[in-house]
Amino acid sequence: MIKAREIHGLAALDQMFAAARAQGRAAFLPYFPIGYPTHQASLDAVAAMAEEGADGFEIGIPFSDPIADGPTIQAATQVALENGTTVRKCLDAVGTLRAKGISQPMLMMGYANPLVAYGTDRFVRDARRAGADGLIVPDLPPEEATLFAGSCAREGLALVFFLAPTSNDRRIAMAAEHATGFIYVVSLTGITGARAQLPAYLTDFIARLRSRTDKPLVLGFGISKPEHARQVSDLMDGFIVGSALVRAGGESAAAVRELARSLRGVL
Amino acid sequence: MTEPYIRTDLADLPDARGYFGEFGGRFVPETIIPALDELEGAYADAIADPAFHAELAHLQRTYTGRPTPVSYARRLSERLGGAQIYLKREDLAHTGAHKINNALGQGLLAKRMGKKRIIAETGAGQHGVGTATAMALLGLECHVYMGTVDIKRQQPNVFRMKLLGAEVIPVTSGSRTLKDAINEAMRDWVTNVETTFYLLGSALGPHPYPMMVRDFQSVIGVEAREQIQELTGQLPEACIACVGGGSNAIGMFHAFRDDDGTELIGVEAGGHGIESREHAARFADLDISRPGILHGTRSYVMQDEDGQIMETHSISAGLDYPSVGPEHAHLRQMERAFYTMATDEEALEAFQVLSVTEGIIPALESSHALAEAIKRAPTMPRDSVLLVNLSGRGDKDLDTVIGVLGS
Repeated sequence: MIKAREIHGLAALDQMFAAARAQGRAAFLPYFPIGYPTHQASLDAVAAMAEEGADGFEIGIPFSDPIADGPTIQAATQVALENGTTVRKCLDAVGTLRAKGISQPMLMMGYANPLVAYGTDRFVRDARRAGADGLIVPDLPPEEATLFAGSCAREGLALVFFLAPTSNDRRIAMAAEHATGFIYVVSLTGITGARAQLPAYLTDFIARLRSRTDKPLVLGFGISKPEHARQVSDLMDGFIVGSALVRAGGESAAAVRELARSLRGVL
Repeated sequence: MTEPYIRTDLADLPDARGYFGEFGGRFVPETIIPALDELEGAYADAIADPAFHAELAHLQRTYTGRPTPVSYARRLSERLGGAQIYLKREDLAHTGAHKINNALGQGLLAKRMGKKRIIAETGAGQHGVGTATAMALLGLECHVYMGTVDIKRQQPNVFRMKLLGAEVIPVTSGSRTLKDAINEAMRDWVTNVETTFYLLGSALGPHPYPMMVRDFQSVIGVEAREQIQELTGQLPEACIACVGGGSNAIGMFHAFRDDDGTELIGVEAGGHGIESREHAARFADLDISRPGILHGTRSYVMQDEDGQIMETHSISAGLDYPSVGPEHAHLRQMERAFYTMATDEEALEAFQVLSVTEGIIPALESSHALAEAIKRAPTMPRDSVLLVNLSGRGDKDLDTVIGVLGS
């Protein structure tokens, strides 16, 4: 008998950050799209990463026109769509993972249009029912927060907003005001994709953010190697790895497991 | 002509958040929001500066060849036996289409902002050619994203862009057409936002683009409204323009917005017909088109049940796009403009009819607007006036037409 999760939504994310902090490290949050390379393989990849100590997940919902993604995730999500992945199947995937006993926080990550087509309130409600804890929409800036803010607040789900090195103080204040759960910090100006090295300006940028908000800061875009993970672990509350894991996922389940282990192992 | 070349007094929309009623807005990654803010500020500054207007007006007059004339289509009108048809001749603008109006306007703005690297997307290649031309004139570096499907069907324009010193970057993702070229241009912008100006070619995308492109194209309607009154002593019963993203149409419509006696008619690409599902008629096929979010704006979007963007079809690459400018969605909702469609076949017929009756070979895009005029004119009295925006010339389409009709 699998034990039901006792806490969910924002509280589950808070607990996740607190637990990582207590161990003196950042939380490791892998991104993986449902339906790539197959529906089952994507579930297996998430399950394997959960076993390797991932602290939470971004569950990717594929979209035909992903303007914030680099070639790796574009190609993977295209395959996922060809495999018949729908918004409903992504929600069901979360339900399936929960039924398997995976208890880490999960955030649905998808572009606005498929969620609008599903119905924004209905989507947030069904995400909550499936066992998701939050929502990340890369083409939803805080200006347009009202599309999801009410339903996320009602269901107790986190609604994450982004900050980029290009964000000025006014935008930092907006994200700090509207984001719940955490703020997703884009580590470089650009689209997703594994980079060889982390940019040097990062420390100053994070310090600037810390002086303006108490919300947890999670770094994403461009983290691919264990040495990156080690570098950001002291600086951040969490970090996201996407493209590198997706690339490994295209090779084999074992490759995902191995990369997740090496990323988690250095923390 | 002493009219201002950018008509800003009509610009009560969009609102401060970039909305035309419930359409528009800014649905883009955070990284480019500061760039949109910067652009919005620089644009507001430019249009408040008489020197900017003067520089643009000078180029329009001495380089583009504005004002473009309005021609009376006498033989076509006689043949149809109803309304008198007049053509706003954007095909006579330099580069052969209205796209140059916007390319020069944004190009001057980019220069003013100190941006030296310009990126653009193109479908048919007309915006790419317009941009490459303006950048050659202004001495700015130009990169044009173009889907490989479009590269194949618009070879002469690809060569023109290269000749004009632009780099044409083939896009192999997705459907490899205009929408994917926009995706790729946006990705480039996200990555190089601090050095790069994105010169978007139609009245769509995130705020302020729909407003800014409309303003730069509004010269079409401002000129035409004065010209048609000079020629006929009246305002037209209707203005007709084709609508892909909708920049030539919004440019024509805007000056007539407050003329209640003038109907505004947008013509979408009906492709192989609505039933075939192979078209780009976003307002005509509400089974597969509904309000959604694509390329940073909320408007009508052709999409499947799951919100995935559908591939479209039109014989004219310039109308082959799954969404439509947000101001058109608003004008339709307010019932100020009316939208219909013409099929590939009807457009081809109009293409030939205008060539033989008036000695003007129209762009296949503009042929959609003509097709509606041809349908409508015979039902109207002889003293009524139809004004058609002939947005571009058809030389670029000869290969396509030869392919369909044979030589």
